[in-house]
Amino acid sequence: MKRLLRALCLTAAVTVSTVPALAQTRNETLLVVIESGTNSLDIHTVGANPASYGVTWNTYDRLLTYGTKTLPDGTLSYDYNNIKPELAESWKFTADDEITFVLRKDAKFHDGTPVTAKDVKWSFDRMVSVGGFPTFQMKAGSIEKPEQFIVVDDHTFRVKLLRKDKLTVPDLGVPVPTILNSELVKKNATEKDPWGLEYTKTNSAGGGAYKVESWKPGQELVLARNDDWKSGPLPKLKKVIIREVPSAGNRRALLERGDVDVSFDLPPKDSQELAKGGKVKVAGVPIENSLWYVGMSLKQPPFDNVKVRQAVSYAVPYQKIMDAAIYGRGIPMFGGPAKPTSAAWPQPSPYNTDIAKAKALLAEAGFAKGFETTININQGAASLAEPMATLLQESLAQIGITTTINKIPGANWRAAMLKKDMPIAIDTFSGWLNYPEYYFFWGYHGQDAVFNIMSYKNPEMDKLIDAARFETDRQKYEEQIKGFVKIAWDDMPRAPLFQYYLDAAMQKNITGYTYWFHRGIDFRPMGKE
Amino acid sequence: MIAHLILRRLLGAIPSLVAVVVVTFMLTRALPGDPAAYFAGPAATPQAIEEIRHKLGLDKSLPLQFVDYLGDLARGEFGQSLTTGQPVAQDILARLPASVELTLAGLILALIVALPLGVAAATRPGSWIDHLARVVSTAGVSLPVFFTGLLLVYVFYYLLGWAPAPMGRLDLFTSAPRTITGFFLIDSLLTGEFATFRAAAAQLTLPALTLALFSVAPLARMTRASMLGVLSSDFVRTARANGLSRGTVLVTYALRNALLPVVTTLGMVFSFLLGANVLVEKVFSWPGIGSYAIEALVASDYAPVQGFILTMAVLYVTLNLLIDVLYGLIDPRVRIEA
Repeated sequence: MKRLLRALCLTAAVTVSTVPALAQTRNETLLVVIESGTNSLDIHTVGANPASYGVTWNTYDRLLTYGTKTLPDGTLSYDYNNIKPELAESWKFTADDEITFVLRKDAKFHDGTPVTAKDVKWSFDRMVSVGGFPTFQMKAGSIEKPEQFIVVDDHTFRVKLLRKDKLTVPDLGVPVPTILNSELVKKNATEKDPWGLEYTKTNSAGGGAYKVESWKPGQELVLARNDDWKSGPLPKLKKVIIREVPSAGNRRALLERGDVDVSFDLPPKDSQELAKGGKVKVAGVPIENSLWYVGMSLKQPPFDNVKVRQAVSYAVPYQKIMDAAIYGRGIPMFGGPAKPTSAAWPQPSPYNTDIAKAKALLAEAGFAKGFETTININQGAASLAEPMATLLQESLAQIGITTTINKIPGANWRAAMLKKDMPIAIDTFSGWLNYPEYYFFWGYHGQDAVFNIMSYKNPEMDKLIDAARFETDRQKYEEQIKGFVKIAWDDMPRAPLFQYYLDAAMQKNITGYTYWFHRGIDFRPMGKE
Repeated sequence: MIAHLILRRLLGAIPSLVAVVVVTFMLTRALPGDPAAYFAGPAATPQAIEEIRHKLGLDKSLPLQFVDYLGDLARGEFGQSLTTGQPVAQDILARLPASVELTLAGLILALIVALPLGVAAATRPGSWIDHLARVVSTAGVSLPVFFTGLLLVYVFYYLLGWAPAPMGRLDLFTSAPRTITGFFLIDSLLTGEFATFRAAAAQLTLPALTLALFSVAPLARMTRASMLGVLSSDFVRTARANGLSRGTVLVTYALRNALLPVVTTLGMVFSFLLGANVLVEKVFSWPGIGSYAIEALVASDYAPVQGFILTMAVLYVTLNLLIDVLYGLIDPRVRIEA
């Protein structure tokens, strides 16, 4: 009996003493729920999914990063025009074709090894050699060959430029060029896997602001602060727990009941209702350089006829899509001026819903009686795309075009895009690097990339896109952009719909949430009030 | 005698396993979708896609891919999952206990309700309890599991706040017990972590209830029907005529004889639940193999799908074996015929 009593007292004492400690931890711990999580701790590995961009953003450092700015509605966003040093203390063009980086002397990897220029070179060699996405992304900034990277001394690193390319410097601040602990990875590399990708897939080998404390793929990722981080101000949050909760309804319930702090990338209906409800705050930022659109394949008659494409563009029920499909969580990209007045992208097209005009154009094209065709959507994005397709179907019926909606499984969508045999497709594309010509290079250029699902080819437009890529004169550059946008409006291979929001909903005491082009969460500036 | 039966059954299972290996391989290859294009990421060139195809070994001919697959299987390797980035065998081993624990909990819950309900309904056909059994069964079968799951979450978590957050097997501030069996309830008891046991049981309640609601119906109906048959048979009449107590007649004489079809149904319900788990796991963020397989299927990720089907096949074979052995224990006639 005595023993029992003592045990009870002890338990009570323990309970009392752990409560404030728990509250303390809770205040320095951030709880995030998402639909599905990362499949790799290293962005260089084969098939690393988009969720891995956000993870490596926090666990690895890069030479350069971007500053932040405050948007008109008070939300923070990264600042495209402010490139800042991260692991590099300073950097400058030491010659016309050469950038020199001076590394921080006090930076260490998570295991305590100092970061040297040798590690930087090895990491750069790795990203241009492993092939696939990382190599490809670096190529977009003319960073292509190991011979370009030179170790000057322990803390000085140099990149030789192959050509003058305005994307080189911005490309060093995207998630891909992470700096890895080369000795640690080499120790774990094998003959078959000289770059140690198998190791880094499940082991973090960097020196970023957060360490990976535990990772259960498909369930949970726990990050712990790296107290020795030197590449920026020490983050406020000591721990970040990212839990995967597949059901959208449950993510919302968890947030509304206050059991989690942040719900990221949520469906538009939830964002709209949560924002209206006022219990939590919703940060919605339009995704840069991105666009949802209705694409029409020039390879599939009668869409080779420009009048037919214009007719469809006038038949799209733009406003209905804004209201009923995405609940207003986007910026309208229709009803703009007849000619492009700015060099911004995306910008509203001059088209509006005008059934009479659509009918007239269709008659001019010789299809007064209409025709039959299909609207294709990606089943993986069906919660957004299906209502749009249904609305479009209804509207097209009014001008005599009978359509069937074809839902293509997510896994097959990319293959279907490559085949380019979809008469009408509703899809989205966004570019990391925020340049109009970058978007057009993927979406409209005659090189016929995957994302040009219309297989649109116009040599005149290609010439303008190619010229804008390397143009240094601001005036000429803007003219080139207005030029190809104008062609896009005239030829109308795709009808722009809206620029979609990236929404994050969070408790009101959460501070520092910042929008990033890579669509991952940066935990470093975040905290709790 | 039983050992002989087990051996014979095991030998009989080999052809089905071989067939499963061949068929899953062919089926996954026949799936629509191009994994190389899927995993090459958003901005891939055709060249990048080809590189990935080569890395995945998908540029080889089908027979060669099959030989590779058999070789891996022989070494106990199920391949790599591209969606989670982990070896499939490791993923499945980590997730299987979660699914089995949930299914067993649901099944036991269902049995506790269904057996007495079925017996009571059979002894008083047409009474209110019979009608209750009918209503419960009909409701259980007609409501899809994801609906009951969401409804339970809405009522017991969102509105009332009685149930813990539907975030998987444990809440965020409890750590998993040391792995012994992989069943959190058993492991936490073995290691004496009662707080963990409570947390795990709390998380398990709603999903198990969802599964139970669904499986009460076939079990209760089958118990009722089979009891009705047995209760009107000669030996029960004789037992009654000899003045045996009501309990003895019902349990020892009637129920034991009525159990055979119930056990068969139990086996079917169990294997069916393992499949129906998929939706319940989604709703409750349960880290089991059902949700794992679905995600892999959506991504045309071959290795986990093959691993999943193979695991399920092995489970089914084991389950059938268990049921056969159970038959023998319940009914001596089966033993003699075997």
